[in-house]
Amino acid sequence: MSTATLFGLCGAVLVGLGLYGLICHAGALRRILAFNLIGSGVFLLFGVVARRGAAAGFGGDPVPQALVITGLVVAFAATVLAVALALRLAQARDAEAEPVAGAERAPGSGP
Amino acid sequence: MTEVAALLASPIAALAALGGALLVVPVLLPLAGLLLALAFGGRHAARIARTAITLGMLAAVPIAAAVLEAGAPLRYDLGGWAPPLGVALQADGLSAVMLLTSAVILFGVGIYAAPGYRIPAGVAETRGALAFWTLLLGVWGGLNLVFLGQDLFTLYVALELLTFSAVPLVCLEGRAETLAAALRYLLFALLGSVLYLLGTALLYGAYGTLDIAGLAGHLAGEPRLPPAALAAATLMTVGLLAKTALFPLHLWLPPAHAGAPPAASAVLSALVVKGSFFLILRLWFDVIPGLLALGAAEILGALGAVAIVYGGLLALAQVRLKLLVAYSTLAQLGYLFLVFPLAAAPAANAPVILTGGMLQLVSHACAKAAMFLAAGLIAKALGADRIGGLHGIARALPLTVLAFGIGGLALVGIPPSGAYLAKTFLEGAALATGQAAWGLAMQVGGLLTAAYLIRVFFHALSGFGRPPALVSRPALAQELVVLGLALGALFLGLLPPDILALMEIGRPGSAAGGLP
Repeated sequence: MSTATLFGLCGAVLVGLGLYGLICHAGALRRILAFNLIGSGVFLLFGVVARRGAAAGFGGDPVPQALVITGLVVAFAATVLAVALALRLAQARDAEAEPVAGAERAPGSGP
Repeated sequence: MTEVAALLASPIAALAALGGALLVVPVLLPLAGLLLALAFGGRHAARIARTAITLGMLAAVPIAAAVLEAGAPLRYDLGGWAPPLGVALQADGLSAVMLLTSAVILFGVGIYAAPGYRIPAGVAETRGALAFWTLLLGVWGGLNLVFLGQDLFTLYVALELLTFSAVPLVCLEGRAETLAAALRYLLFALLGSVLYLLGTALLYGAYGTLDIAGLAGHLAGEPRLPPAALAAATLMTVGLLAKTALFPLHLWLPPAHAGAPPAASAVLSALVVKGSFFLILRLWFDVIPGLLALGAAEILGALGAVAIVYGGLLALAQVRLKLLVAYSTLAQLGYLFLVFPLAAAPAANAPVILTGGMLQLVSHACAKAAMFLAAGLIAKALGADRIGGLHGIARALPLTVLAFGIGGLALVGIPPSGAYLAKTFLEGAALATGQAAWGLAMQVGGLLTAAYLIRVFFHALSGFGRPPALVSRPALAQELVVLGLALGALFLGLLPPDILALMEIGRPGSAAGGLP
């Protein structure tokens, strides 16, 4: 088995693990991490493609590497957006829950 | 009269003479506007965005004119580098029509949103206005790049720009439920884009190019579709379906589209989901035409038919007006996917079927934008949007309700609406190719659409004698722009055949076909 095939299989395993996580987990953070796992698998696959396409004495095909760099930036931006949304959601839910808790306590005969 | 026409046409002709370089304008304008709006801040964002959109609308006309006149796609190699080394922009008939449609709808949305997203002099600046206008420009830029890009990776970046601009539009109001809807939308969209990217990697690995024409050339030489191309096409299609919200990947759409502010809902429902659908068309008709012959087109058609019925039934069951309109989008998206099995039939006249699908797309875009905007005006005026609480609204807001009604009629497909013409084309093709079942799905869909609209009007038109208490009145400009969009959808079917022929330019085999 060549190195490229081995890395290709690793990429496939990462994509599979990530897909499982994204579909089977309910928590937002776990799903965001799962998305990153799929992303890593895809980028690894791009690396394999670059290595396989390396002919004419080059160490690697540069195009997939350029694509990976762009892809990384996009995936990073996506992760930031998702985490920011998840944070805001948690804050908004806390803010909505608080007045209710206060209202329950206020008229009661607190200790 | 002819002098006036010549005078009006001369700047357009001069711009059309620019040729392919004109294609840079629809990509650059939104991004330039976005940067300017960020630099000048929320106080000027509305003016900058609306100016950019107006200019973009004016630029889309000569592009369409140039494509129509040449009878061939308009093409531009960025930096003078031809593919496979460089990246090309190309406008065929479909792109030209989509550029024009999105600019017109965004122009309307810009007028509608102006009173809501502006910062009056002397008032401290908030982030809402800046966010809305920059995101709107981001959506527009992403869409234009989706329509023009000829490189699968460029299209990936365009798709991501579209998603990252569309998702925050959902939660502009910052309520917990809209944030949850936005997060769910984002996760579906991210799954979609990563699957698309995986397919891109596989195609590059197999063929060493991402240029659409180059890939089509490689694949045309193959007697059978190679496994790598098949796997890539499957991954990319599923990914794009998640973004287009075709049943059963639709779960994110109703809460996101119904929870967004009305101006954003209109853009999301009319244009954003169409961006990813446009890429499915590109993939199936331009990159890998061999896909149509594999029987997979029937799966897409079946999912579309289920979406028509399921979305229609759920729309019928909704209590809130905006959710009804959102579920209606789900059903209307189903029609678009009937294009695939109809075009896959051996005797099918694919260009005409595609024209029918595009007409449905454009008609739905105008009608749905009008309906979401009208529903927003009604909800704002009443302070709530329960369908059961609409009594007497037709007397209080006659123009808005009229616009909602005309948009609804255009959606059902009464003549001369665009949807009527689209369904004529598609049902004709269904009969001609012996696939009457798809025609039946369209008929059932039409009945369901009529049923849920009648339900709205039963409430809106009843209740004489007790005018509802309005919280606020919409501006006349807002009501007029909604009416304009609805009338656009209604009279789309009256377009001259030349414009319909525009959609077929750049289709392989269009010379043999022609309109029925």
